[in-house]
Amino acid sequence: MKADNAAIVRFENLTLGYNHHPAVHHLHGEVAPGTLLAIVGPNGAGKSTLLKGIAGELRPFQGTIHLHGVRKENIAYLTQQSTLDNTFPIVVQDFVAMGLWRHFGAFRRFDATAERRIAESLAAVGLTGLENRPIGQLSGGQLQRARFAHVMLQDSPLVLLDEPYSAIDANTVHDLAGLVRRWNTEGRTVISVLHDLEHVRSEYPETLLLAREVIARGPTEAVLTAENLKRARQLAEEQGELVGAPVCAADEDAEQAIHAHLGHKHG
Amino acid sequence: MSLVDTLASVPVLSPFIEFAFMRRALAGCLALSLGATPIGVFLMLRRMSLAGDAISHAILPGAAIGYLLAGLSLPAMTIGGLVAGVAVALLAGGVARNSVIKEDASLATFYLISLSAGVLIISMRGSSVDLLHILFGSVLALDDTALLLLAAFASLSIVAIAAGLRLIVLECCDPAYLARISHLGAVAHYGFMALVVLNLIGGFHALGTLMAVGIMILPSAAARFWVQTIAPLILVAIALAFAGSVVGLLLSYYVDLPAGPAIVLTLGGLYLLSMIVGPLGPLVSRRRPRWHFTR
Repeated sequence: MKADNAAIVRFENLTLGYNHHPAVHHLHGEVAPGTLLAIVGPNGAGKSTLLKGIAGELRPFQGTIHLHGVRKENIAYLTQQSTLDNTFPIVVQDFVAMGLWRHFGAFRRFDATAERRIAESLAAVGLTGLENRPIGQLSGGQLQRARFAHVMLQDSPLVLLDEPYSAIDANTVHDLAGLVRRWNTEGRTVISVLHDLEHVRSEYPETLLLAREVIARGPTEAVLTAENLKRARQLAEEQGELVGAPVCAADEDAEQAIHAHLGHKHG
Repeated sequence: MSLVDTLASVPVLSPFIEFAFMRRALAGCLALSLGATPIGVFLMLRRMSLAGDAISHAILPGAAIGYLLAGLSLPAMTIGGLVAGVAVALLAGGVARNSVIKEDASLATFYLISLSAGVLIISMRGSSVDLLHILFGSVLALDDTALLLLAAFASLSIVAIAAGLRLIVLECCDPAYLARISHLGAVAHYGFMALVVLNLIGGFHALGTLMAVGIMILPSAAARFWVQTIAPLILVAIALAFAGSVVGLLLSYYVDLPAGPAIVLTLGGLYLLSMIVGPLGPLVSRRRPRWHFTR
């Protein structure tokens, strides 16, 4: 990985959401390369939305996300629900190999290096021997292992994991967490949305606590205090079922955005 | 007795040896099995079998307009069908994505409008014989131009599938990932839809607009009961499609049945058979305890 100290991800006054309902608003902050960052917060806090924004799947309502040292299409993004069609007749080996797309694209032939890297990734997630098993016959844990091998082959400097361990057995969590640590020692930036605070405390040096806005950000022990967690919960409850972030007084930036929008429309 | 005479005395071979029109029908069916059936495998895997149906019906009014202008002319009907097929392929998807109507309803509406418009246009000028010809094809009356057209479409689609296989597979199984990492997703989608239209036009000349989809979907669905990875799936589907065509043609010859429906019904029979005896069919896969117990 590059020895570059500029932030790999930087948010400026970022507001993201769906259908005119902001899910997170006015986020400022940056993530230094090589960070192992956990994002935690109550349900509906906008954690997944933030990852989607970083991955470039959502256009910000306002503000910007700057990427540095990684292109949007090279980000390895493990979505919460697999977008993969489980009934699709494809074997583990071929599914995992799709992770090499950046290197081989649609047309280039897989060479010996590719075969070796696929074998390595399968070994790393403990699926050696299941190369020819259709993905539809994998258990939940095995499928998640295969998805991690897929992520590993993408060889990205920035890895986004959205709830990677929900409904996964303890053994698999243990193995996959080891893999995440390894990615981090290789200099990759890993940003994970997680629920299990014990897991975050033991694995993630840095945490971002989110409840529509940043509650706290910093070293995990300093962020996950009883007081901060209570505040996040309260904020979530105050906003009821959290259908959207509260309406904000328009700040200067928003005014400008509105003017630019109107000017564009009428000009 | 010469070798040809010996072979001609075998009932399975004799119609094809004695009659040129049977050989042409066989060649046409081979082209369709090689071209259209692999497309059908991917249509099925993308859960778009019904879209294939809707597009094949959409070909009807286009071909009918070609017929209205130029009579039973192969180029005119081909071009008309092509235009109408592409239009509906684009419209049906677009309406479903951008409105409250879901894709199945959207396809059904196009399907019904096209079918009625097509039948109406043909009956404005033609006889009911012409209508039957367009609806049910004329596999026993394929001329050189039609055969060349079928062969050209089949060749094109084999080459396109071989070249774009990785793209098509990824577009089927994880389109969201493809959209993130590559800009080729749209190319894959529209390229594939273009292949669907081309092969349906080919199928339309042999089997008619009503049954062109039959040789795409039935063998593909049947193959799903036998194997579970893509390459074998395509091969088994092609084999089933061709076997079904041969049996269908022989049935039509000996029992004097209309050839198109005989072929599609035979394919249907193969599907039902596969469902009953195929190792991945609902009956067999339920009975076998998945190799868990040694005997």
